[in-house]
Amino acid sequence: MRLARGHVLIGVNEEALLAGARDVEAALRDALEDSGLREEIEVIDTGDLGVTGRGVVLSVYPDGVLYAGVVVDDVAEIVYEHLLKGRPVERLRLPATPTTPTGLTGKQPRIVLENCGMIDPESLEEAVAVGAYEAIAHIIETGTTPVEIIEEVKRSGLRGRGGAGFPTGRKWSFTAPGEQKYVVCNADEGEPGTFKDRLILEGDPHRLIEGMMLTGYAVGASKGYIYIRGEYHLSIKRMQTAIDAAREAGLLGEEIFGSDFSFDVEIKKGAGAYICGEETSLIESIEGKRGYPRVKPPYPGAVGLWSKPTVVNNVETLANVPPILKNGADWFRGYGTESCPGTKVYTILGHIAHPGLIEVEMGTTLRTIIDTFGGGVKDGRAFKGALIGGAAGAFVCADCLDKPMDFDGLQELSAVLGSGAILVLGEDASIVEILDGILGFFKHESCGQCAPCRAGTLALKTIMGRIRAGEGQPGDLDRMIEIAAAMQATSLCPLGQSLILPIQSALQHFRSEFEARLSASVRTA
Amino acid sequence: MRSLLEKYPQSTEHLLDMLHDLQAAEPRNYLTRDALRAAADYLGLPLSDVVSTATFYSMYSLKPRGRHIIRICESPPCQIVGAESLIDLLGSHLGIAVGETSEDGLFTLETSSCLGVCGVAPAMMIGEELYGNLTPARVVDVIENVRRQDATG
Repeated sequence: MRLARGHVLIGVNEEALLAGARDVEAALRDALEDSGLREEIEVIDTGDLGVTGRGVVLSVYPDGVLYAGVVVDDVAEIVYEHLLKGRPVERLRLPATPTTPTGLTGKQPRIVLENCGMIDPESLEEAVAVGAYEAIAHIIETGTTPVEIIEEVKRSGLRGRGGAGFPTGRKWSFTAPGEQKYVVCNADEGEPGTFKDRLILEGDPHRLIEGMMLTGYAVGASKGYIYIRGEYHLSIKRMQTAIDAAREAGLLGEEIFGSDFSFDVEIKKGAGAYICGEETSLIESIEGKRGYPRVKPPYPGAVGLWSKPTVVNNVETLANVPPILKNGADWFRGYGTESCPGTKVYTILGHIAHPGLIEVEMGTTLRTIIDTFGGGVKDGRAFKGALIGGAAGAFVCADCLDKPMDFDGLQELSAVLGSGAILVLGEDASIVEILDGILGFFKHESCGQCAPCRAGTLALKTIMGRIRAGEGQPGDLDRMIEIAAAMQATSLCPLGQSLILPIQSALQHFRSEFEARLSASVRTA
Repeated sequence: MRSLLEKYPQSTEHLLDMLHDLQAAEPRNYLTRDALRAAADYLGLPLSDVVSTATFYSMYSLKPRGRHIIRICESPPCQIVGAESLIDLLGSHLGIAVGETSEDGLFTLETSSCLGVCGVAPAMMIGEELYGNLTPARVVDVIENVRRQDATG
């Protein structure tokens, strides 16, 4: 095998592709050929390099130099100056300090994303070289029992990263006995402002397969499904490549590593329905039906896919499982807080200097996330507030900046961690308009099965629309709370139940903005 | 149509994939009555079951659409950087409202709840292509580019 003197990693994700990553890659290969460096420098496609909104990003090793916003015309300079003469091109370089875009500083504790941007996600060999499938191999070799695995995951304190924060080990232990069981990976990432799962799918697909295998081993399931939203073309392609390679290598299939453990994974592609992120809707959708949520209980652990016991876990949750079982529960508990160990992957967006994806320890404050990793509020604006957890999340204001963020800390503030989306709002953001957008979203995405949500989302959007238009009526604000509270009490699934969060928190922190619109309408009347 | 369906075992768990394939095979980007009927027959389901599933998901259409489906994101991260005015601009540039198809049959304008590329908001997809960091000028450029490519290709 030829050993290269250096490597250029190209972060290839949906965003980089649309910025011309393929053209840059082709130009790079040509320039290396022309300069006689083809044998010395290897070009590798990798997943996300942790920089968002900066176009094509290259990482040069062993120098550890990171370039952003690279276009075809820059390639010659990079090759002739940096790779040939050893002089990095300063004008394209991102400084590697904590205030730079996220994910590259080495100061973030990376568990879930440790390989994203470091390996070629389409290469099984590279994944194995950084430890993929070690945990499952060790478990099978040593004859670790399913009960021992569940106990270890329980001890690690891992909680579901899809939003609800339910302890993963406990969820597994509730799986009913049965001949046929299923593991379902929820990759129907549709929460507005969230794309963390996409980057795991695109950047480290083998980790997810291993996470599903370990879950299958622990609960006694032999079949796994990954339900990926239909819009995620690259995720679906990379995941399928990974599954094919794992099957080919005998890592998936019958009698894995010569044991009696058999497991296979299949991708299911969604078709555009936010509600399918709810676990029972997702199950209905895999079965080929409308994605209507089921009445719970029974929970999927007892009656799931095709009425068989089924464990449904989020992508980020499953991505935590292999390192926990490889390094042990105590190692995992070394990160994060007592009640929420580990890290959390956040997407920071909105009025922020460096929008992007970060992985930080649970319990990190919003201030640290915004100032240290996000580079502060954009254009020197004052911080007004943030919407945390996506559309089904809650607004917070400056009071929350120094509270530790984890599942419990946010609950004290009547907020939720949810999917980990943080929409930063500068002083000029209109909460009225954002809430109107959110209610429009729910009106569209309510599945229509249960009456409180079907009628409630429509009523809320109607009221909010007239407030925004300056035609609000006296009592409209209280009416919205009443409707949302009724929906919380009576809706079938979390979609209808959680609308109270954005409405109540918006009115709690920013009521005067809404009253200003109302009084405008009273004046014109 | 039959050959598209026969790639899959005769089990309802493959219905969504079948509908994706049937729709992609139709130049006007929609599920024809024949296609729905074929899927129902193949799976041994009543037509109403297949229609029920097909009408639930926003990526399927039972009406003819344009050759290019524009899906512009209207999620909060896109909204606060100007998506609403871009939707208006697209509508007026193409002379259609959201959900409609341009007279020349080229474009259908749809909105999406979130495309998951919030780092480059505001964003839209045309077919399987993504476009981010949109500005009014860029939106018009992109549309006209697609129009030109369509005419030559």
